[in-house]
Amino acid sequence: MRGQEVKKAFRSSIPVMAGYIILGMGFGILARNAGYGLLWAFAMSLLIYAGSMQYVGIGLLTGGASVLNAALTTVTVNARHLFYSISMIERYRDAGRFKPYLIFALTDETYSLLCDGKTPEGTDPHRFRFLVSLFNHSYWVTGSVLGSLLGSVLPFSTEGIAFSMTALFIASFVEQWLSTKQHLPALTGLGGTLICLIVFGPEKFLIPAMLLITLVLTALQGKLSAGKGADA
Amino acid sequence: MTGTVHSAVLVAVMSAVTILLRSLPFLVFKGRTPKYILYLGQVLPPAIIGMLVIYCLKDVRMTAAPFGAPEIIASVLVAAVQAWKRNSLLSILAGTAAYMLLIQLVF
Repeated sequence: MRGQEVKKAFRSSIPVMAGYIILGMGFGILARNAGYGLLWAFAMSLLIYAGSMQYVGIGLLTGGASVLNAALTTVTVNARHLFYSISMIERYRDAGRFKPYLIFALTDETYSLLCDGKTPEGTDPHRFRFLVSLFNHSYWVTGSVLGSLLGSVLPFSTEGIAFSMTALFIASFVEQWLSTKQHLPALTGLGGTLICLIVFGPEKFLIPAMLLITLVLTALQGKLSAGKGADA
Repeated sequence: MTGTVHSAVLVAVMSAVTILLRSLPFLVFKGRTPKYILYLGQVLPPAIIGMLVIYCLKDVRMTAAPFGAPEIIASVLVAAVQAWKRNSLLSILAGTAAYMLLIQLVF
């Protein structure tokens, strides 16, 4: 690994760092309180590496869920990852030895850092993306371990710090908005999800939202792929 | 706490299904990617980020005090700083600090 690439990847990953460490700690504490100590928090964050799924997963573990129930719940909570992969197919196609890990580590936050396709000049794009993914993963695992070890003995109130993840997505949204003249895809995502949230409620809206977004974008294909707007 | 073995099996299942979901599109479109999927790959990113913004704000209660005020103020601040400086780290820091101050001291 070249030092410059590591440095640039680290810099790109900083927006995710605070959020992942804190949310990871939240997970570690939750797991500990449910009777699942350090090794469990570490293993789950290392192997599952999907924030909201791990929070839900602790409930599955304590409730003694069946294997089928656990599998179906994971499909429901994580179905949105299909979207991330679809939009990364071309970008990760030639990633070679980095590809399996890049796919494994494609979380919401990593996706939001990498989905615009930009990588710093003078870096190998695949190695750069690999390093960003690896940094993010390490923050998440570190946070989980810290949470499990320290419990809730932080010297100051961190209430509200999880907003940094929301802020990350808002910043990505604005940045993408400003970098294109074609706003229909962004508006479809925002509006479609909002409609589904109102209709289906906060527990069940995500999969209907994904279907609605896909339908609308499919209907818009003729319009959006005609001009250079499709570069959005 | 359930039996250790059953718990370990459940963790393995959650991990395997997550990996399967993340790799499925890559496995399905191994050869040439159909034009329609390429198109989706181009238009999905901004749509997904829009979806994630709503997803993060899904539990905000607009019908009871403080009517989502901390979230709205902090979100607008993030968007404004991003539009102004185009520096996501700065936007995230400003918005998160504002949000923490708002919920800990104001609301």
